[in-house]
Parts: sequence; C-alpha cells; structure tokens
Amino acid sequence: MILFSFLFSVAVAIVLFRDLFVIIMLSGIFSLISASLFVMMDAADVAFTEAAVGAGISTLLLLKTLALTRRHAKPQKKRTWLALSIVTITGGLLIYGTSDLPAYGSADAPAHQHLSAYYLEKSVEETGVPNVVTAILASYRGFDTMGELVVIFIAGIGVLSLLESTSKTKLTSASSLHEHTVLRIVSKMLIPLIMMFALYVQFHGDYGPGGGFQAGVIFASAIILYSILFGPDAARTVMTDRVTRLLAAFGILLYAGTGFAAMANGGAFLDYTYLRDEQVSAQLLGILLVELGVGITVAAVMVRVFLEFDQRPFTKLPALKEGDR
Amino acid sequence: MSGQLAYWLIIALMMVGLYIVIAYANLIKKIIGLSIMQVSVFMLYIGIGYIEGAAIPIIDATTTLYSNPIPHVLILTAIVVGIATVALALAMIIRINEAFGTIEEDELADGTGEQ
Repeated sequence: MILFSFLFSVAVAIVLFRDLFVIIMLSGIFSLISASLFVMMDAADVAFTEAAVGAGISTLLLLKTLALTRRHAKPQKKRTWLALSIVTITGGLLIYGTSDLPAYGSADAPAHQHLSAYYLEKSVEETGVPNVVTAILASYRGFDTMGELVVIFIAGIGVLSLLESTSKTKLTSASSLHEHTVLRIVSKMLIPLIMMFALYVQFHGDYGPGGGFQAGVIFASAIILYSILFGPDAARTVMTDRVTRLLAAFGILLYAGTGFAAMANGGAFLDYTYLRDEQVSAQLLGILLVELGVGITVAAVMVRVFLEFDQRPFTKLPALKEGDR
Repeated sequence: MSGQLAYWLIIALMMVGLYIVIAYANLIKKIIGLSIMQVSVFMLYIGIGYIEGAAIPIIDATTTLYSNPIPHVLILTAIVVGIATVALALAMIIRINEAFGTIEEDELADGTGEQ
C-alpha cells in the first residue's frame, strides 16, 4: 500500500513536470517501484524483467531520444477538460467493471481453478523444471513465446530501417565520460560481472527467477555500459553491425530449429518430448535451447537498437531546413 | 477493506497514464504516459494472479499454495515486447524531429515547427 502511494505520486509528478529530463528520470523510478510491487504480488520473474527493462534500457533509450530532440515540453493545451472527462468516464466504467471481479487475493477465484492448477501440479513431473513460469513460457506455451520473439525481431528491423544511417559518419570517437578514471575502472570491473550474472540468469532460469528474456536484457546492458563509457565505436569493434544482425536472426532460428527438430523426430512443432528418449531430459534440453535462442535474439536486438540510437548524429535544424521540407 | 480496492488503485494509475496521453502534445511525454498505462495493465493481470498468502510459483517440496503463474508468463513477455515497441516509437520520434523540427503534436498538425 505504501509502495503504491509512492508509485501514484511519481505518476502524478510525471503529469506535473515539464522538464522532460526530470520526467524520464521519474519514469525510471516508476519502473523500479513497480518492480518492487510485482515482488509483493509474488511475481518474481516479472519483477526481474521490469527492473532490467523499465529502469534500465527503457530509461536509456528515452534519454538518447531526448538528446536528439529537445528538453522541454510545451505547457499543456486546451484539451485539459476533454481529457479529464474522458479519463473520469473511462475510469468510472472500469471501476464499475471490477465489481464483477473476485476479491483481490482470493484463492478460489475462477482464474486459479483450471489450467493454472494443472501446470502447478504437473510441470515438475512433465518438464523437470521447478520454476513453473519458465516451464509454461518455454514448453507449454512455447509457440506464443516464439511469436513474441519474432515481434521483438521485427521491432528491431523497424528501428534499423528508421535510424540506420547510410553514411557512417565518425562523429563520436570517445565519450567524454572516458575521462572519469573512477567510472572507467569501476565499470571495467563490473562489466564482466554483469555478463556472468547474465549467463547465470540465462541458465538458472529453470530453477529460480530468470530466463532468456531477462538474461538477454542484462547482457545487452553490459555492452551498453561499455558503449556509454568508451564510445559506440569501441563497442562496435566487438558488436559489429554484422554480428548483431546475424545473432538476432540466429536466436530465432535456434528457437524454430528446435521446433523443427522435434518435428523431424516425429512430434509436433516444438514438442520437445521427441528430442530425446526420456521425456524429462528431452524437455530440459528443449527448454534450454529455446531459452538460449530467446536470450541471444533479445540481447542482439537491444544492443543494436541502442547503438543505432547512440551513433545517430544530432541534426542541427537550420542545416536541415535548406534541404527537404 | 474492500476486496476490490487494489483493482481501483490500479485503474486510477491507468487513468493517470491515459490523461497524459490525451492532454499533452509532446510525443516523448505521450510515450511515457503510455508506459504508465502499460505498467498498470500489467499490475491488473498480476493482481488477478495473486493469491493471499501464496508463494512464488517455483515448486518446492514444502509449499502447497502458489500464485497463478499464467499471468506472470503473459506479462513477462509483454514487458520485453513493450520495450521493443517503445524503441520503435522513439526511433519514429527522432525521425519526426529531424524532418519537421518539432515533437509537439499540435505544431506538427499546423506545420509551425521550430524554424
């Protein structure tokens, strides 16, 4: 309850401020608080993802956008009353709708009776994975997850087609942050640890909170940290355009390939049971491969998207006016 | 305390996000408003999966009552897809700013960008 009031006041502060820098920082805080709320609601995997994505990558991308546009939002226009009335009506209707929902936290709500009970009861026996979230994500609903991975891939392609500059101007050699000795040394010590943590999250997702999505984002954040400190060109010596492009596609291919391998062995698409003779070890193998595919694609797309944002030169407006309008 | 109070709070938060989306012309602020809405929808889902006194859905021998894992799976992937789409939206904003010199919706509409 206290956390929620924090969350609400941050949201209201976002409404009131006009300085976009402040707003973006507040939105990072917002994500972090909501991650804590997810922990309170027993959703450790979700909280993990929200903390890594919302408070980390999302804030960074927003800041990069801000650097490329401008800092202050204009004061709001005349639509206040329209907005307020729409919001009041919608909110009122939604709250009216909740009167049919079962009470918050009740154990006998219809949502908990059917499929969920089955997964909780059978998943260890059928897949050997104690983390039910991972079992559902990678095995029972593996097809959905593959679709979502494709969405991420397509969004990555979209960003590339919008931002990839044809003439690679070497504008940013080394970032000014490179001058800060403390930052440089500390981050040099931290980056390998972050990467190791990402690998831990990747391969320990079967037993604890974690998995491909979180690991991908954490791994990407290590590269992004490096890129911020040593400049995008330094990061590009490892994560070249070609590498990220191939890795992003490879992740999905690994995922789909696991599915086709199951088909080749006589099962349905993504039916891991057919990968090996024994069911549990077959499931574990399938989940491992699929999660690896997720991790690789997510990491590659996130790194590439950030690098594209990072190396985009800030276009001075007058120079642009002479050209096309 | 009413059984539905948690949902009401989440809906109030969602409405704050909706208000930002409608009332402000700045595109970056709109995106942040959208993500506030998004997070509150996530909370609504997770809230439905929450069971009082239950444990995190990682099976061990001693626990019997777990929260509902299905909303967790839905929302976990939704968060990552969400950041991918936000990145796409931000890329569009950057291009809009390069082409028109403004990211305020009303200036875009009447063509009075920063000259």
